Amino acid sequence: MSEAAMNNTDSNSAIQLIGMHKWYGDFHVLRDINLTVERGERIVVCGPSGSGKSTMIRCINRLEEHQQGQIIVDGIELTNDVKKIDEIRREVGMVFQHFNLFPHLTVLENCTLAPIWVRKIPKAEAEATAMKFLERVKIPEQALKYPGQLSGGQQQRVAIARSLCMNPRIMLFDEPTSALDPEMISEVLDTMISLAEEGMTMIVVTHEMGFAKTVADRVIFMDQGEIIEQAPPQEFFDNPQSERTKLFLSQILHNA
Amino acid sequence: MAIVKTERHPELAPPVSQTGVIGWVRENLFSSWLNSVLTVVSIYVIWQAASGIVSWAFINANFIGETKADCTGSGACWVFIKARFGQNMYGFYPEPERWRVNLGYILGAVGLFLVLSDYVKSKKWPGIFLFVIYPVLCYFLFYGGFGLEVIETSQWGGLFLTLVLASVSIFVALPLGVLLALGRRSEMPVIRMLCVGFIELVRAVPLISVLFMASVMLPLFLPEGQNFDKLVRALVGMSLFSAAYMAEVVRGGLQAIPKGQMEAANSLGLGYWKSMGLIILPQALKISIPSIVNTFIGLFKDTTLVLIIGLLDLLSIVKGGTTDKNWLGLATEGYVFVAAVFWVFCFSMSRYSIWLENKLHTGHKR
Repeated sequence: MSEAAMNNTDSNSAIQLIGMHKWYGDFHVLRDINLTVERGERIVVCGPSGSGKSTMIRCINRLEEHQQGQIIVDGIELTNDVKKIDEIRREVGMVFQHFNLFPHLTVLENCTLAPIWVRKIPKAEAEATAMKFLERVKIPEQALKYPGQLSGGQQQRVAIARSLCMNPRIMLFDEPTSALDPEMISEVLDTMISLAEEGMTMIVVTHEMGFAKTVADRVIFMDQGEIIEQAPPQEFFDNPQSERTKLFLSQILHNA
Repeated sequence: MAIVKTERHPELAPPVSQTGVIGWVRENLFSSWLNSVLTVVSIYVIWQAASGIVSWAFINANFIGETKADCTGSGACWVFIKARFGQNMYGFYPEPERWRVNLGYILGAVGLFLVLSDYVKSKKWPGIFLFVIYPVLCYFLFYGGFGLEVIETSQWGGLFLTLVLASVSIFVALPLGVLLALGRRSEMPVIRMLCVGFIELVRAVPLISVLFMASVMLPLFLPEGQNFDKLVRALVGMSLFSAAYMAEVVRGGLQAIPKGQMEAANSLGLGYWKSMGLIILPQALKISIPSIVNTFIGLFKDTTLVLIIGLLDLLSIVKGGTTDKNWLGLATEGYVFVAAVFWVFCFSMSRYSIWLENKLHTGHKR
C-alpha cells in the first residue's frame, strides 16, 4: 500500500492521524504518526512494549493529549474544545487492559450509567439495551452482581458491553486480554470476533496474533514511537519487510 | 505410570475441639498457662472496676429528691443532674419556647432516619428535606420570626447549643472539604494554590486560636457598629477549620482511586463533574468513611472549646452548675453526665459508620 493511500484525507474515513507527535516531558513518545482507518475496517496494532501503541490509541479519544499534527475522528478534529472532545468520546468506545469497571455499581448499572447521564436515555430503555448487549456477550445472568464477584473474562466482557451500550461507531481495544488468565482469553476474543463480523470499526492493540490473522484487515507494527510497517495480515506474517518486524515476529511467534 | 484420582474426597465437618463454646474458650482463654493466668487476672480486674462503678452510679446513688439535702447515699447524687436538667439541655432558652427546640429535634431525627436508614429506597425527597428545607426551618424555629418570639443566640445553651454547633459544622465541613480536596487536585494552578493555601494555613493553627480570632479579632476589622452574632462567628470558624481537615481526609480517598476509573468514565463521554459525582467521589468517600467519621467525632468533641469565647455549651453549662453554692461538691456527677452524653453521640456515629461500611462493601461479597 502506498504512503499516499494511507494518508488519504477523505473525510469519510473513521479516523485520521496526520503527522501526529507526542511528548512526555522531553521524551518524544510518538513520532510522525500517519494513519487512516476506514469505516468498518479492523486494525490490529502490535509491537514491543513501550513502542507507543497504547499511547497512540489513547490519543484518539483524548485520554492523552497530542502536541503536534491532526487527529480527525468521524469528521471532527480533536482540539482543546471540550465539547468536541465529549462528542468524540460519545462515538468512540474503549476497552481497557484492566477492565476499569466501576466497582461500586452493579453490572447493569455499569452499562446504563453513561446512556442515562450522557445520552439522556430513559432508565427503562437503557436497561433494555444493556440487557441486550449483556446477552450478546453471554452474561445476562450476572446483571445484578457487582464486578468484584465476576471472573476476569466476565469482567472484560461486561466492559465491552458497557462500551457498546453507548452505541459507538468506533471501538478501541487497549490490550484487552493481557490481564486475563489463559483459559479466559478465548471468551473475550470470541466476543471481539463477533463484533468484528458485524462491521464495527475497530483498532485493537494486542499480542494475540491468532486474532490478528482471523480478523484484521490490516496489521500495524510499531516500534520506538513510530509506525514501522503496515500490511494485510497474510502479507504481514508471511512476508514482513522491515528487519525490526522480522525480529519481533520471530520473538513472539517463537514463544506462541 | 500415571497416578489418577477417580473419586472425590467426601466433605467432612471440622473437628469438634475447634467449634462450640468449650472449643472457643479453650482456644482463646486457656490455651496455655500464661493465657490462663492472664484470663483470671483480667476477669478479677474487670469485676473490681465494674462493681465499683455500678455501686457508685446505681446501687448507692440517689435518684429521688429536689435539693442537695436529698443527697444521702454514699454513691452518686443524680438529683443534681435532674434538678438542672432543663438548663443542661437548653441553656437559658425560655421554658415556654422549648417546644421549638424539641420539634427541631424530632424533625431532624425523622430526616436523619429517612436519609441514613435502609428502609427508604429513594433518597431524593428525604435528602431535599434534610439538606435544604430543614436548615431553613430550624433557623426560624430556633431563632424566631414568622410570629415566633425571637430568642437571641446568647440565650442558647447546653446540649442544644452543642448539637447546633456540631451539626452545622458537619453539614458545612463535608461538602466544603470535598470541594477543597478537588481544588487541591485541580489542574488549574490558581484554584489549586488557593485551596492548598487555605488548607495549610488553617491546619497549622489550633482551633482555639481560630475561635479567638473569630470572636475577638474579627470585630476589630469590621466597621464600627457592624457586628455579627458571636454564635455565627464560632460556627464559621469551626466549619472552616473542620473543612480543612475534611479536605485532607477526602484527598486521601481520592488518591486511592485508580486512574483507570476516571479514564473509563471519560471514555464513556462523562465530563469532569459527572465522572467525579457518579464514579470517583462515591468510591473515594466510601473508603474514607472511617476517617470522615473520625473527623466528625473529633469535631463533635471540639465544640466544647467554645466555652473559651463565652458560649455555654453542654460542658460549660454543667461546669457552671457545679459552682452553684446550693450544689457544691457534685462536680464528678456533672462531668460523668457530660461524658456519658458525649459518649452516646460519638459511639452512635461510630456504629453507624461501621454499618455503612458493611452495607457499601461490594468488592468481594459472595
